[in-house]
Amino acid sequence: MTYDLQWNILWTGENGRWLLEGIWTTIRLSALSWIFACGLGVLSGALRTAPFRPLRALATCYVEFFRNVPLLVWLFFWYFGAPQVLPRAGQDWLNLHGPEFWSAVVALSVYHGARMSEVIRAGIQSVPKTLFEASVATGLSVGQAYRLILIPIALRLIIPPATNESLNLLKNSSLALTIGVAELTFMTRQVETYTARAFEALTAGTLIYLVLCLTIASVMAQVERALRIPGLIARGVRSES
Amino acid sequence: MLGYFVNSLFQAQQPAECSLLVAEQVRFPPDVPFAPKGFPGAGLLDFVVDGPTKQGYQDIVMITFRQVNKWFGATHVLRDVDLKVRAGEVVVVCGPSGSGKSTLIRCINKLEPIGQGEIIVDGRSLSNPTTDLTALRAEIGMVFQQFNLYPHMTALQNITLAPVKVRKLSREEAERIARKLLAKVGIPEKADHYPAQLSGGQQQRVAIARALAMQPKIMLFDEPTSALDPEMISEVLDVMVELAKEGMTMIVVTHEMGFAKKVAHRIIFMDEGRIVEEGGPEEFFANPKEERTRSFLNKILVH
Ligand SMILES: Nc1ncnc2c1ncn2[C@@H]1O[C@H](COP(=O)(O)OP(=O)(O)OP(=O)(O)O)[C@@H](O)[C@H]1O
Ligand SMILES: [Mg+2]
Repeated sequence: MTYDLQWNILWTGENGRWLLEGIWTTIRLSALSWIFACGLGVLSGALRTAPFRPLRALATCYVEFFRNVPLLVWLFFWYFGAPQVLPRAGQDWLNLHGPEFWSAVVALSVYHGARMSEVIRAGIQSVPKTLFEASVATGLSVGQAYRLILIPIALRLIIPPATNESLNLLKNSSLALTIGVAELTFMTRQVETYTARAFEALTAGTLIYLVLCLTIASVMAQVERALRIPGLIARGVRSES
Repeated sequence: MLGYFVNSLFQAQQPAECSLLVAEQVRFPPDVPFAPKGFPGAGLLDFVVDGPTKQGYQDIVMITFRQVNKWFGATHVLRDVDLKVRAGEVVVVCGPSGSGKSTLIRCINKLEPIGQGEIIVDGRSLSNPTTDLTALRAEIGMVFQQFNLYPHMTALQNITLAPVKVRKLSREEAERIARKLLAKVGIPEKADHYPAQLSGGQQQRVAIARALAMQPKIMLFDEPTSALDPEMISEVLDVMVELAKEGMTMIVVTHEMGFAKKVAHRIIFMDEGRIVEEGGPEEFFANPKEERTRSFLNKILVH
């Protein structure tokens, strides 16, 4: 018995619109979470190398706390648990703006922020300590040395692992379906349920994730090329000029 | 005189040839017992020391080490170091590897904290918690063995960063000074090159220009030519000789004894964290008093 492939179910009826909505929600969810995760990651990653013990301890607590709990548990916590202890005004705001979506943003941000933090800490620690000394020796403050020297160099060094982490974030955003966010995986399942066409629907979902990830990877590769430091070896090629 | 050249750079619109004239006007006669206004160390009469003023430098103490001791864990790296460096003085520090030379000069801008004793730089005690360390560091230029240029910035950006961010100069003003300094160190055409596109000698000259751009009162050099190929050593030393002639207060860790003979007012020999011997270049090389100094000099001067 052969399975009769019907690819047209992907765009007939409501299905096409659902998939597009799913893609858009996945992009919005991932992009917002990515921005917050990068912010948290840069801040806590930098603090983990700071020359002040209490700041280092604080950042270490953040990282160890948030990366050592499964993402699924964080999603449930931020969706079912955390809103209960919010003040009234906060709950009202959430209910107006879609509590599932924002809980997922928080969960993805803190979890991937903690993981990003490790990437950034490793990047900062691989910048020679002597560059930090050279910059404070000219009279820059510790904060300026981080902002102007250490972090800009570290960010260039960590583009490959940060890309990896960003792709993980995008893929992990699919877990948000468990708290009812209508993102891509959710919509794929919905198409499958309504049409009973599992193979076509899931193939479409797979390919869309693949395309999204490859796009991000190639954008990051462009960024890496654009930020390459002239004269330094990059990707095995000595740059001209 | 202190930093003629650098000072002249900061006098807006003054052509470089004028620098000597300007210097002439502010020359500080050796017999005047106080520093003129606006001069580094001015008003710090308590730091004026007695005794005849040696030609070429001031009787103002810029750096004082008082019974300084430092440990790295259990290793005792500086032992009872007493040292005074006066404004305009050029001091060369030499000694075997591990004797504490780098540590000594890194203590001056507190890249290393000390265990015991006191260090006073330009009238300010480093152990005093109210001393503004960043402001003090801005007055002290430092040049490292490994250049330590910021790899993601061009030569020009390396030089202008601190003047813009710390001294709050406008970008145009900072760039004008940076270009003059690049011309001074002999590589005006390299302004837009990144460190990785420069030779070692060129990188070190950019590093010197970066330090000078802050118009420092003191320049510290930690083996500035040790990482250079032989043919590049002299281009860096030439810049340093020029700087010494202009009256910069300099402490130079180096084994370039030719340089020491030519410009040092004083040579310090360190061993095992102690200042074993010090003296003017003639007596230091002609008849070193200590056995350890003699055997060290034999080792480095023979080949
Ligand atoms: N960060 C550090 N931690 C522990 N020990 C250190 C550190 N830096 C230096 N030391 C030790 O302190 C001593 C003095 O070191 P320092 O670098 O000042 O010597 P040096 O005279 O500059 O030697 P070299 O000629 O090799 O540069 C050495 O025994 C060294 O091993
Ligand atoms: Mg050393």
